[in-house]
Amino acid sequence: MSETAERVKKIVVEHLGVEAEKVTEDASFIDDLGADSLDIVELVMAFEEEFGVEIPDDAAEKITTVKDAIAYIDSHKG
Amino acid sequence: MRRVVVTGLGLVTPLGADVETSWANLIAGKSGAGTITRFDASNQACTVACEVKPADHPWGFDPGKRVDHKVQRQVDPFIVYGIDAAGQALEDAGLTEMTLEESYRAGVSIGSGIGGLPGIESESIVLHEKGPRRVSPHFVHGRLINLISGQVSIKYGLRGPNHAVVTACSTGAHSIGDAARMIAMDDADIMLAGGAESTVCPIGIAGFAQARALCTSFNDTPEKASRPYDKDRDGFVMGEGAGVVVLEEYEHAKARGAKIYAEVIGYGLSGDAYHVTAPHPDGDGAYRSMEMALKKSGLKPSDIDYINAHGTSTMADMIELGATQRLFGKDLGGASMSSTKSAIGHLLGGAGAVESIFCILALRDQIVPPTLNLDNPDEGAEGVDLVPHVAKKREVRAVLNNSFGFGGTNASLVMRKI
Repeated sequence: MSETAERVKKIVVEHLGVEAEKVTEDASFIDDLGADSLDIVELVMAFEEEFGVEIPDDAAEKITTVKDAIAYIDSHKG
Repeated sequence: MRRVVVTGLGLVTPLGADVETSWANLIAGKSGAGTITRFDASNQACTVACEVKPADHPWGFDPGKRVDHKVQRQVDPFIVYGIDAAGQALEDAGLTEMTLEESYRAGVSIGSGIGGLPGIESESIVLHEKGPRRVSPHFVHGRLINLISGQVSIKYGLRGPNHAVVTACSTGAHSIGDAARMIAMDDADIMLAGGAESTVCPIGIAGFAQARALCTSFNDTPEKASRPYDKDRDGFVMGEGAGVVVLEEYEHAKARGAKIYAEVIGYGLSGDAYHVTAPHPDGDGAYRSMEMALKKSGLKPSDIDYINAHGTSTMADMIELGATQRLFGKDLGGASMSSTKSAIGHLLGGAGAVESIFCILALRDQIVPPTLNLDNPDEGAEGVDLVPHVAKKREVRAVLNNSFGFGGTNASLVMRKI
């Protein structure tokens, strides 16, 4: 698992209060991890803080799975 | 009018995370006061509060017991306390499961005096330091006063009236009185009613201290700070926590064989029309509130055996006592009157609900809780049983609870055994 993936999963576990093993790369925030749309806003904010990236709203809307988040961060972090 | 009884109780207080622990500690004369631990208060005029204790304390509160991890992260502590106390009350009443049909007749009215002040304070700092895009998306609904009622209705599927009172320090008493009326008026068969507060944060302490309302002379001896009726009192001690009762229509409770703690028989409300923070010097509003509650109850003053006073440990204590004496007689007709704020501090919007539960437990156990630190009663208290220092076994047939709030808002409740 990449370092980005590790850190993303840690944030997801902490924010959504789900068990770590449920946070697979294919997991959907809403369908599999019980998040609602506001939880995703909060997660995106946490990713921005953690990785020093900016995730604009139109990009954030496309982040629906753990994998999406990791990919976006890996391709945008400095 | 339909009769209204109490069939469930829930408490989160500085003396315990449940009803029986809070009550046992209160009766044992313990104090929930201490030096503020929630933040560094060393630059504040008042450094004392009655905090709900952390989970590793002998009577600490574990937020994870009834509140989901995600909700805990999103909402202010007053909501967490309120959800937990509501859950306790439902469990106590045996009402955690109900049919859809029953749920339409079950509502929630749990208020707060101030709401999510710690979160308003901390997110304002985030806004100032990091800008608007860093403000939590849960900021608003994690701070709103009616979000205890909202969260509780979602968690337990309660689809009846969903309401929240905001009347400063009278909130808890108004919540119970108003919810009882909703049942009496046939809007619901069951109401969860009460109040919660948690404002032990820098802006909360500073704000009340600047209003010259907090005790500032006992920072080195926190357990002595809250001392209602005592000559050396100089302000209230902030408390936090929640109190919630299950109110139920009498026949409904009887039909399902519920345990019935007490009946709510009198409710009085009044306004001082005098000053934003100070009570009317004659205690006029307090008198009329008590008088209305007593009249509605159909009882005589001599039928009341215990009065849980508003008694905040401020100058207003003697005004309340004077008003009570006018209604009940110089010796209160033999009634005992104590202020449990001496032990748990002032829970503001939670006070009236928590103190009503103490009144109900006094009815159940035939014992009245003490007024701690009452070493030298102020002039005018002669001949009144203010239950100094130690709890007192006595007959308790009916009780009166008083709550008065900023803005000059007064509420009184009368309850009796059934």
